[in-house]
Formats: sequence, structure tokens, C-alpha cells
Amino acid sequence: MSHGSESLLPLSCPSPLPAVNRIVLAHGEGARLSRRLIRNELLAVLGNEHLNPLGDGALLPAIEGPLVMTTDSSVVSPLFFPGGDIGQLAVHSAINDLAVCGADPRYLSLAFILEEGLEMATLRSIVQSIGRALKDCNVPVVTGDTKVVPRGAVDQIFINVTGIGQQRPGIELGPHRVRPGDQILVSGTIGDHGLTILSARNRLEFEGLASDTAPIHGLVDSLLRSNADIRFLRDPTRGGVAGVLHELLEQMSGEICLDESALPLSEAGRGASELLGLDPWFIANEGKLVIVVAADDVDRALTSLRRHPLGKQAARIGEVRAGSTNHVVVKGILGIERILTEPAGAPLPRIC
Amino acid sequence: MKHLDEYRDARLAKRLLSGIAKIVRSPHTVMEVCGGQTHTLVRSGILDQLPENLKVVHGPGCPVCVTPMEEIDEALELAARPEVRFCSFGDMLRVPGSRTDLSTIRSQGGDVRIVYSPLDALEMARRDRDRQVVFFAVGFETTAPATALAVWQAKREGLTNFSLLVSHVLVPPALERIAGNPNSKVQGFLAAGHVCTVVGFEDYETLASHYRIPIVVTGFEPVDLLQGLWMLARQLEQGRYELENQYARVVRRNGNMRARDLLAEVYEVCDRPWRGLGILPRSGLRLTAAYREFDARSKFGITGSVSAEPTECRSGDVLQGLLSPIDCPSFGLACTPDTPLGAPMVSSEGACAAYFHHRRQRRELAVV
Repeated sequence: MSHGSESLLPLSCPSPLPAVNRIVLAHGEGARLSRRLIRNELLAVLGNEHLNPLGDGALLPAIEGPLVMTTDSSVVSPLFFPGGDIGQLAVHSAINDLAVCGADPRYLSLAFILEEGLEMATLRSIVQSIGRALKDCNVPVVTGDTKVVPRGAVDQIFINVTGIGQQRPGIELGPHRVRPGDQILVSGTIGDHGLTILSARNRLEFEGLASDTAPIHGLVDSLLRSNADIRFLRDPTRGGVAGVLHELLEQMSGEICLDESALPLSEAGRGASELLGLDPWFIANEGKLVIVVAADDVDRALTSLRRHPLGKQAARIGEVRAGSTNHVVVKGILGIERILTEPAGAPLPRIC
Repeated sequence: MKHLDEYRDARLAKRLLSGIAKIVRSPHTVMEVCGGQTHTLVRSGILDQLPENLKVVHGPGCPVCVTPMEEIDEALELAARPEVRFCSFGDMLRVPGSRTDLSTIRSQGGDVRIVYSPLDALEMARRDRDRQVVFFAVGFETTAPATALAVWQAKREGLTNFSLLVSHVLVPPALERIAGNPNSKVQGFLAAGHVCTVVGFEDYETLASHYRIPIVVTGFEPVDLLQGLWMLARQLEQGRYELENQYARVVRRNGNMRARDLLAEVYEVCDRPWRGLGILPRSGLRLTAAYREFDARSKFGITGSVSAEPTECRSGDVLQGLLSPIDCPSFGLACTPDTPLGAPMVSSEGACAAYFHHRRQRRELAVV
């Protein structure tokens, strides 16, 4: 009888090794795996003096003057797209919301809801991207949260960012400041983000089309320093430029008249919107501004925008008029006016 | 983007408009039969700039709008089945059936997906073999080659989880119905450029001479439409009734032979009901026997029912150019894009929706 090793049963353990290359439910349970994830994957990239203690809350130094707070959740799919990813988007959304309120961004919180089974490499990539975006903006994440939900409960990863900013003194922005005669500007080409996402989702490729996701607080800073009389600022995300303007009209009495031929479009964006039959007025942007400025200060405002790398294609696109219709009216390419009404939900492309 | 700029040139457009005003001496009514053309005409404001003597009415050119209520209900029945992944162009999602719509079915848990192309639905079928993927094949001859390609590929690959709910319609029978209607005031047609890109315009030549009605194959940009209208007006003033091709940069007399061959292999012509028009003989497509295994109706045993339109909806008259959307008593009141009575108010190509969204003058609205 042979007593060689080949006659012995090989040892095997019936329990599988824990998957280290995917997120599992235990990563969200607050125990060992959770802490390991936070230290190795999150703190390693995002760490700073406020975040490092990993307390339940971050103790922050007092900030002088009024504070602005905002929150944004990013649920975009696909996670990675030409021009950016969900991580960058999450950071930029909060930064930009603070900026258009006239605040300097100071601190962010970061909450993840992760789907069981999410690849660790994907999470790492997103966290790296968040780290770079934060560094670019010079704003720290000071507190966070990580939850893991069963497969199918979310689409891979949802991110919430809440931001706190310090209100700039002497800045007053809002619908209450808007008057007939005020002029409407945009800071650059319109529709790039929404078209990029739609195209990526449907595996359509438009050469040169990329999301415009960017932090625009520097651009806002440039604009506000110009001393132009800025009445109102918004970033035209979902709902697009038209959405912002309709919202504005809900809070004031008047009419808005836009010039379609003045709306800046990127070459690729124009092509994509034509092919899909979508109206750029309604498409999301993630690195742009809609500005309402006093008529006398249009040139001053445009000059300051165009001096900034993110505002080179800034343009005047319309004006506010007196009236009681509360319509947004667009002068089309043939010079004929039409009313721009909003779709109930997302704009739909043509069939034929 | 040269074509885009040339065919939207404001000066050229104005020249054509004044050209039309010069040649039109007596009143004429013409019809366009393409949702895309409806959209451009309204959106660009051309309609309001044409001379009084040239009236443009909108025909049954929106494929969503002419899909009968029964077929919407068939779609809803399929979409509600747990094993089905129902794929559709986005426009169909809010078209009301007799009781509900696809969007509501989706919110109640139905697996309803918006796709841009039937080939996307086919890809889903390849990827998820445990789902029965059904594509709602709506559209005129423009769209049919793509759906034909989808089942042609599915057959070659031996896929058993892909099928079509076929709802394709053909344009010429609709033109025939309108041209042959003694009550119709339509004296000329703009034919849809993209339909003719696929099938050519031989059928239209026959129509023009048989019914003694001028037809101009026309594109979609503002200058295309103005050129087409100018050519039509000229024929009417000269008493001619010929087929002319304004969209010559794209459309050839024979159309696209490869697309036509594919259509002939996959589909055959059949009688078909149109919303608002009733049954038009030889006006629809159905899968040939060789491709019947991909027909969702037979696969899932959908019998189809006769559903009644809400009586207030006048889409039948609108689709035949007998009623302008603005003149419909429900327009902007009971019927809005948020609360549509019928398809023409939902679809982005529908005349009612186009008028609601873009015309300056409109009646007092309940809610904008």
C-alpha cells in the first residue's frame, strides 16, 4: 500500500475566502471589514486633520458670517463617461451650488451607498477621482458615511455630498433682484453633459463630445470680483437653461426673451442634439453658469468670464422683459419667436 | 455641419417666403405627412409667416399618433407580464391606452425600457437570456428597416427570447385615403423625405397622376420645407400634378435597395387599423411566415381587444387635417401634455403637442 502524499485527501476548507475584490455587506456593518475599508480605501486618499479622527462628527472652527449649506446626491449611470465620472460630479455639484449662492466652499461631507458586489477597483477609481477633485478645489471632506445594501437595491454606487460655505459679504443674489431690462448670459457651451450621458448610455459615439463637469467657484469668483451688478446666478443642471429660467419666472413677474442663434453650442453637442432631436435648452450641464446681470454691466461681466479658462465661450443669450405672461420666449433661427414650454420630465428624442 | 447651416439660413428662408407670397394667387390647402416636418414648421414659426392663401395642414405623419388604442393596450398587456422586458421608443411611454400607459406600468414594477434603436433591444436579448425581450416596432417605412434588421439578426443567431410587437404603417395608403376623400380640402402633399429615402418615390408618382394631386418629396430643415412649399405652390398655380423631389440631396427614385430587400424578406403588407382613420387596406406590415416566430402577438397569445377612444379626443380629425389642434375644444384645457386625451398631445411629433409647445397664440390655458 502506498503511503505517498497522493493517497491522502487534500485539505480543503468548505468556507470560501472572503472576496477582497468586491464590496460585501459586511463592509457596511461597522465592524472590522468596515473599518478596514474606510482606512485603506477612503482615509488613505481623502484623509485630513478633520477627517482623520473618524469621529461621528467633525469639529470645525467657527466661521464668520452667514453660512450657506447645500446637499446633492449623485446617481448617474454610467459611472464613467467622457469628461468625468460620478466622483467628480459629486464633488463639483456641491461646490457649484455653494458658489452660485455667493458662498466660498469650505467643508464637504461624503456619504456612499454601495451595492453589494461592487468591484473594489471601481470604488478605488471613484475615490481617487474624488481625491483629485477635492485637491483641485482645495476643499476637504470632513465627515462621511458608508453603507452597503444588497445587490439590486442601488445601481452600483450612489454618492451624497453636503457642503458648507461661507457667504461672501456684500453679495445679494436672487429672483427678487431681477428687473426688466436685465440681461441673461451663459458661461459657455450648453448641453454637453446631458448629451454625453445619453450618448454613453446608448453607446452612441460622438467624436469630441464630453461632459463639462467642472468646479465653477473660481469662475464665479472672477465674475463677482468684476463688480458687475450680478442679480441672479444658477448652475443649469437637470432641466437645463430653460429649467433655470422657468424657475426664475415662477418667482417673479415678467417675460424672458432668448435668442437661439446666440446660444453657444460645441460642434459635437450640436451634432448630437440634432441627431437625437433634443433641444439644448433643456439638457443638463455640470460646469456652467446662467447669469442675470444689469444691462449696463454686460460687457464687464462677459470680459471677466472670458478671461477665465472655463468661461471662454461666455455669451449673452437673452433678456428679461416686463410683462405678465411669465413666458420664456425664444427667437428661433429664422428670427421668428416661439414659446418655450418645459417638458413634464426628461426630453425625449424623436422616432422618425 | 454645412448642410445644417445652409438649410437654416435666415436670409434664404426670407427669400423663399417672399417667393411663395409672390406666386400664390388663389387659396390652396396642402398637407404634410411627417411628424418631423410638423415639428419644424411649428417650431421655426414658418406656419405663421406663410401667406394667407397657402394653408398647411398636418396629416397622419406621426407614427405614435396613428397607433390605434388596441395596440397600445396590447403593448400594456405585454409590458405587465413578469417574464417580459418591454422595450420601446421613448415617445410611446406616455401615450394613453384605455386604462393606463407604459410609464405607469413601469412605475408599478413592469420591466419597461426606453431604447433608441431596436438593435439595443436585441443586444439586451443576447445578454439576458432569461428575459423575454419584446420591442414595440412603431414607425413608418423609415424605421422598419431597423426592426427588420433586428429580427433578421435574431433569426441568424437562433435567439428565442426576442420578439416584435409590430405596429409599422405605410404612408401612401394614408395619402390615398385623404386624396380620395371627397370632403378633403387637401390639394397637394409634402411627402416625407426620410420615408422616401428608404422606399423611393415610385408609389407617389402613381398617386400624383391617379388623383391629379401634386406631391413634393421634402426634407426637414426650414429651408427644405420652404423650398418644398414653393415647388408645391408653383405646381398648384400652374395646374400641374407631378411628383417633384426637393430632397434630391438624399432621396433617389428607387430609394435604398438594400433596405427594400430586407423589408421584403422580413415583412409583408397587410390591412391595418389607423387611429382616427379606421382600417386602411394594405397599409401596414406584418412578419412573413419565415419570421413569424418573432411575432410577439402569436408568441404570447395576445388576442387584442376593441378599445374605445375617449369621445372628447378629436385626434382622428386632427390627423386628417380636418381640425386644427387649436380649434379642438379640449386643446389646452382638458387636454395638455401633462393630461393628454390622445397620442397627438403626447408625442413630440404630434401636431397637438407641437402647437401646444410652440405657438404664440393659444387659448387660455388651465395650467402651463
